[in-house]
Order: sequence, then C-alpha cells, then structure tokens
Amino acid sequence: MAYVLLALLLLSGLAAPAAAQGPAAAAPPPEIAKAIAEVASSDGAVQEAAAVTLGKTGDRKILPLLEALREGSVFVRPLPGGKKETVIAGDKVTDGDKTLVPLFSAYAREPLAGPDGKPLLVDIGTLEEVSTGRSLRLAIRPLIDAFSGHAQLADPDWTVRKAAATKMGNSGDPGAIPTLTEALGKEQHRWVRYELEQAVAQIRLKTGSDTERAAAAAKLGALASEDSLDRLREVAADAGAAAPVRQAAAAAVKRVERWALLTSAIQIGFQGLSLGSILLLMALGLAIVFGLMGVINMAHGELMALGAYTTFVIQGWFQAHAPGAFDYYFLVSLPLAFLVSAAAGFALERGVIRFLYGRPLETLLLTWGVSLMIQQGLRLWFGAANVDVLSPRWLSGGIPVMVGLQLPYNRLFIVGLAVVAVVGMYLVLFRTDAGLRIRAVTQNRGMAACLGVRSRRVDAFTFALGAGLAGLAGCALTQIGNVGPELGQNYIVDSFMVVVTGGVGKLAGTIVAAAGIGGLNKLIEPGLGAVFGKVAILVLVILFIQRRPSGLFAAKGRYADS
Amino acid sequence: MRTRERWALLAGAALVVVVLPALNSLPKDSPFHVSDFTLNLFGKFLTYAILALGIDLIWGYAGVLSLGHGVFFGLGAYAMGMHLMLEIGTQGVYGNALPDFMIWNRVTELPLFWRPFYSAGFTLLAVVVVPGIVAAVFGFLTFRSRIRGVYFSIITQALALCAWLTFNRNAMNLGGTNGLSGFKTIFGFSLSEPATQRGLYVASAIALCLAYVLCRVIVGSPAGKVLVAIRDSEMRVLFCGYSPAAFKLFVFVVSAVLAGVAGALYVGQVGIITPARIGVLPSIEMIIWVAVGGRGTLLGPVVGAVGVNWLQSLLTTHYPDLWLLVLGGMFVGVVLFFPEGVVGSLQRLPRFLTRVRRVRGERSPNSSNEGSYAPLGPRPQTPPPPRGPRS
Repeated sequence: MAYVLLALLLLSGLAAPAAAQGPAAAAPPPEIAKAIAEVASSDGAVQEAAAVTLGKTGDRKILPLLEALREGSVFVRPLPGGKKETVIAGDKVTDGDKTLVPLFSAYAREPLAGPDGKPLLVDIGTLEEVSTGRSLRLAIRPLIDAFSGHAQLADPDWTVRKAAATKMGNSGDPGAIPTLTEALGKEQHRWVRYELEQAVAQIRLKTGSDTERAAAAAKLGALASEDSLDRLREVAADAGAAAPVRQAAAAAVKRVERWALLTSAIQIGFQGLSLGSILLLMALGLAIVFGLMGVINMAHGELMALGAYTTFVIQGWFQAHAPGAFDYYFLVSLPLAFLVSAAAGFALERGVIRFLYGRPLETLLLTWGVSLMIQQGLRLWFGAANVDVLSPRWLSGGIPVMVGLQLPYNRLFIVGLAVVAVVGMYLVLFRTDAGLRIRAVTQNRGMAACLGVRSRRVDAFTFALGAGLAGLAGCALTQIGNVGPELGQNYIVDSFMVVVTGGVGKLAGTIVAAAGIGGLNKLIEPGLGAVFGKVAILVLVILFIQRRPSGLFAAKGRYADS
Repeated sequence: MRTRERWALLAGAALVVVVLPALNSLPKDSPFHVSDFTLNLFGKFLTYAILALGIDLIWGYAGVLSLGHGVFFGLGAYAMGMHLMLEIGTQGVYGNALPDFMIWNRVTELPLFWRPFYSAGFTLLAVVVVPGIVAAVFGFLTFRSRIRGVYFSIITQALALCAWLTFNRNAMNLGGTNGLSGFKTIFGFSLSEPATQRGLYVASAIALCLAYVLCRVIVGSPAGKVLVAIRDSEMRVLFCGYSPAAFKLFVFVVSAVLAGVAGALYVGQVGIITPARIGVLPSIEMIIWVAVGGRGTLLGPVVGAVGVNWLQSLLTTHYPDLWLLVLGGMFVGVVLFFPEGVVGSLQRLPRFLTRVRRVRGERSPNSSNEGSYAPLGPRPQTPPPPRGPRS
C-alpha cells in the first residue's frame, strides 16, 4: 500500500510541471510548441534538433509524440487561416472509399474534437505525413528510453523500479544522473535504493571527472557491487586513468571480492542446507522403515515419483476446473501426495513385504522389482518424457537477504517442509501411543509382541507412514527438479547413504547424516565437480563406517549386533 | 562329485563347447544350422553365466549380496576394450594412432595409463588383476568393519553409481557415455570374421567350464563349508574362532575376478562397452539371473543367466514396453514363490515327491520334517514374532 501511495506521489510530482499550466493543458509552453512545429519540418537536421530539444525538456506529455514519430504516425494538418498544426493520427477506419483517422494533439495526445464536439475524424488524404528518416528514429530511441526509464522508476512494483535503475546504470548515460538522484530522493525500498546508488556510481565512474570517478569507485566498493566488478578491474588496470582513481578502483575491487567470498560461502551453506533437507525428507521415511523392520525399501524412490505425479495430476485438475485458484493447488497436493503414496506403501506391505519377515536381502530385491514395475507403469501411463509442474506464484522468486545473495522461495519452502516433517515425526514417535508402539517394536519386536503390541499392524502403519513421507518429498521435489519416471533414481542412492551413515532407527542420526552429507556434497562440489564430489562422499562414508560400523548413533547393548 | 552329476555336467560342457560351434559350421541350408548371430548371442550369454557364477559364489554361498558387480564386469571389459582400441591403430576414422574419441575430445597424447595396454600380456593380466585389486581394497575396508547384510548391499550399490558416474566423464579418457567401440581385431584376428567370433565363443565356453570347476572346488573345500556357515550364522562362525572377514574377502575377490574375465570375453563378442553396462540397474539385473536360476547351486546361475537373457532378447524385440514389467515381476515372483530358483526347486522335487509318497503311505507325522531342509539364504535370525493377542 505504501508503495502505491508513494508511486502516486511520484506520478503527481512528475505531472506537476504540466499541471502548473492550468486547465488548458493542451497548450504547450512556447519553446515546446516551437519544437513541436519544427519536428514536422522537412529538413532532417532540424527535425533531429527539435526532437532532442523535446527530449531535454523531460516533459512526459511529449512522450506520445516521440513514440508516434518513431511509428510514423505524425501528420501535419492544415488549419483554416493557412496555419499548420502537428498532430498524431490514431488507428485507421475505413468508410467507403475513404480512409479516416482520429486525430490527437501532439502535446499530451489528447483527442481533438471537431466543431460538433465529437472526436475528430479526418480523411487521411487531407493530411501531410511527416517523414521520419532512420537517423531521426535512432536519435529518438534513447530519448524514449530515458522517458520509459523515468516512468519505470516511478512504477508501483519495486522489481520494475529496480530493473529500470540497473538498466540506466548499464547505459552509462550521464543524462540519467539527475533522474536517478531525483528518484533516490523519493525511493524508500532498500533494494531499489541500492540499485539507484549503484547506477549513479557506475555512470560517474564511466563519465565523471577524476575526483568523481575516485569517489564513485570507492562508493561501488562500499556497495560491494558485484555487477561493477569487471568495470572496476578495468579501471584499476587502466594506465590512462589518474593514480587516485586507479587506487580507489583497486581498493574497491578488493572490497567487492571479499564480499563475494562471504556471499558465496553463505550461498554454499544454504545450498548444502537445501540439499540436506531434500535428503532428509527422503531418508526420514526410509530410515523409520529400516529401523523398524530392517527393510531397505528400494521402491522408496518410486513412491516419491508417485507423490510427484499426484502433484502433476492435481495441477492438471486445477488448470482445467479451477484456474482462478491455481496458486493453491500445491497446498492441496501436499496432503494428497502423502495419502496416495501412503496407500501404495500400505498395499505394498500388506500385499508382499509381510511375507518376507526377517529376510532383508530378499525384501530388498522384491522392493527393487516393485520399483521397476511402478517406474514402467508410470512410463506407460504418463509417457517417458518429463512432465511440467508449474510453481505456484508464491513459490517463485526469492528474498534478497543481503547484497549479492538471494534465497529462492522454493528452496526455503523445502527447508521449512523438512523441519515440519521432522517435528511432526518427532511428535508422532514420542508423543503418541502409536509412536510408543513403533518404538517398542523397533527396540524389541518379540517382547513388544508379548506385551500385547500388534507388531504386524504396527509394521503396516509404519510402512505406510514412511511411504507417505516419500510422497511428501516427491511433491516437494516437483518445485525444484524435473518430474519423470526416473525421478526417484536420482536421489535414492544418496538417501540410502544417509540411512547407512545415520544408523538404524535413530531420528537424530538421520538428521545429522542428511545435513552432513548434503553440506559436504555442496562443499566439495565447487572444487571437484559434481561427479567426483559424489565419489568423494562415497569414500568418506566408507571411511566413516570404518570407525562407526552401525552409523552415527548406534543402538547399544545386546541388540546392537543381533 | 557324484558320478551321475559328473556325467551330466560333462555332457552339458560338451554341448556348449563342441556341439553348438559344430552346428554353426554346418552349411547354411542345413536344418540344424546355428546362425552366426545366434552363436554370438549365446557367447554373450555364456559370459553372463561366468559373471553369474561369481555372484552366486558370494551371494548364494557366503550370503553377501553385492549390488556392484557390474563394476568388476566393467573393469575387465574396459581393460580388454582399451587393448582392442589400441589395436585399431591408424585404421580409425581419423587415421590417427589415438582412439577416435580422444580426437573428438582434443586429447593429443595417449594418457599414461593407456600405454601398458599396448601389450596383450599386460591386458590379460589387467583383466584379472584390476577387478581383483579393487575388490580386495573395497572388500577389506567393508568386511573389516563388519559391514554386513543390507548395509553392504547399499554400499556396493553406491559403488556402482559412482563408477557409472566416473566412467561417464569424458575427462576420464575412457570414451565417456559412448564407451569404447569400433574394434577391428583381437590379437591380430579380425573381429568381423565368423571364425574369430566362433573362437571367442569357444573361449567363453571353456572359460565358463573352468569357472564352474573352480567354483565347485571352492564350494566343496572346507573353506566352502565355512562360507555356508557364514551365510547361516556369521556371529556363530566368528565365535567359533574363524575370521568371517577373511573368508568373505577371499570369495569376494574370486567373484570379482570371474566378473572381470566375463567382461573381457564380453567385449570381444559384443564389440562395445559403455558405462550403461556397469551402473546400478545392470548390476542388480545380474542378481536376478542368479535368483531365477537358483542361488546356492552352481548350475542355477548358469541356467538363470542364459534363460533370463534369452527371454530378454526375445521380449525386447517383440514387446519392448513389457520387459521392465516382466523383470520387476520376476524379482517379486522369484522372491515370493521360488526363493530357491528354478534349479533349486527342481532339485527339491524328488525329495518333495518322496515325502508326499511317504506321508500318504505311512501317515507318519515324524517324517514330515524330513525334506524341509532349506539350503538357502540367511535364515531369520530371530524366531518369527508371535502374533499379538488377537480376539
């Protein structure tokens, strides 16, 4: 709201010079009127000079005329009394064999009214077209850009204002400085201010006097402006520049580079966190099932794919039946993806896995077979190609946290979802009766059964829970990656590594292992590349297991090595 | 070895080593003629059978499920492939002594680790030694720290993934995704000659027989008994004073070497090796050959490898969409209904029939336990959980 008000203020401010002319706005100030007349001249040089004069005025009411000149819709209308008037023609209308055009005033583009008070329509044949040569059009372009920059700097949307400032800074046009400083005086949004200051400094660095340039370089350094880094480097290495300028530029380069190091460190940290969250979401379900039943569920990845495809189907439904509520489809998908995958997991456990009690290797093969079948089923049903899942609007974009660092919403969302899943899991396991039974069966199946826990039912419930978590992970993955039949395969081995490293049946182990592997992966990646990074992680995990064969938080006591 | 078994095996060996190539050399219009294509296909299956024997040794007998045998197969195959690549010499597309893919990748000089592969002797040694060393290092690290069961399977699967990723890299100078192909000759013999292909087939068949004998010797030795004991209760073996890790390491290395030999024979006959052969999916597919055939028997993996691959080549030509479903179904079906595989089930058939007959004839409750001897798989180490107090 504040921005809208601000923008209105800005707009009214810009309109002020025109408003000062009183109600007879159609009458331009004399020097503009003269230029308007000259623009219609048949002499190209005169036209150009007039156009530049018009551009220099900075009067927004001139913009339509400049645009019309570029389009070639400016005409000269003979007035009674031998005088001539420059006008802008609107869209053509055919009336019998005549082509009529509505006319607009050259200043402010207001519709001209005929003697009868109706909009004026005249035969195009009675008008004289103003010719616009190539050089004139070229001369007009920067003028229009300056105007549009001006307009965009007053846009209510701050991203538009920011982009306009960046563009003006890149243009390096010293004429833009007054506009920029004016906007800076009114601007209150932090990132737009930053961009405006940067733009001013960039222009000064390029075109200013030596003192200005040195000051601008220092300013850019203080702003940690990564966008200007190349330019600063050039200046620092430019033998033709004055020594203070060069020194200031060199100092600024150092400052920017230091800042970039900091931001990239944070960036890597965040990427690691985000990857860790993805791994955690996937490994959580896997780890619970593994801890409880000693079963590695190879179909976990495909249960994720089921969740992702559920999201795809729901998105399609929303597009077809409720396009207005499209942004909310994702909120509907999350629980549904959970339910679909949980149902599939439940069926899997009841249908086949329960027959393979105490035979983990067989279960591993069986679930692998199931995963192949689900994968091929998805391929036959939805096609082998990836499907498109659009992000809802509230998940696209990101928050600029500090200069040079933007955190995307979808990644933040996944981190948040992982936190919610872990907390939810904790509550289920440690604060409910069902969780108590799960923990009892995990610790000692036989004893729990003797005490009246229906361990088979607990198994089915837990397996469904783990599968549901996989569905949730799949749903979340649609926001950051491709959705295809092979979706599960890409992450599954990594999440196995998390489970193996974390140890059996320990929530904390899974969390630490996911964060550790995710973080390490992103830490190693810049140095070794993605592939060798992965190899390095495997080697590290193997070496780690040397020291702790049953994972980070191994169960102790006589059940530790049964 | 019982005499009957020995004769049966000798007959089988004679069939694959002598009869099939003989049928291949019959004139083309003979009804018994086996085409070059079929013989080549069977040659490929036989190399798979060698690989499957190795997997059976470690999985069927020692109870260690490795999901990374594609890596060892690939190491053997790549070692052989590198030699064959170098044998092409200047006959390649670019007429350069370097392999063609290096020229695409702007490599100007043969990388150092390629050089020894000019020598045929070194190559044959590498086929055996490289997979062996990798298996020894990997196995030492994992078995020593008592990584067992599912943990070991997962780690080996990660190994397969990493190897696949690594071999896919162009920077490895191993042909990247396209792998090694376009071979012309093997030890001077032209690969496009049917006679050379027949020779490779016979070599594979003989290698298979030797591998079988090797496995038979290992399984029949006291060490083989220890392996089975490890499968059935590793802790007990440990407490009896044996070192399960050493036995497992030994058999893991043997198994990897068999896989490497299989890979080397494979390359000559198929003419290409790509990273796609060593990834996660092919590695686990090898397991299903053994499972279908029957683990814990030595004939099983051979039957399984040939049978499953035959089925695959039939199905993928006629119903390409169905293959993955069938493969998945095979995993599920075998695990649920035929845990002993085809051969295991057949072996049990006579005993089962005897039991049925005896139960019918005598109705003696005591004899019902006989014949339920299950030679396979790590058995549940905890007794099956009692049901909860239902109703």
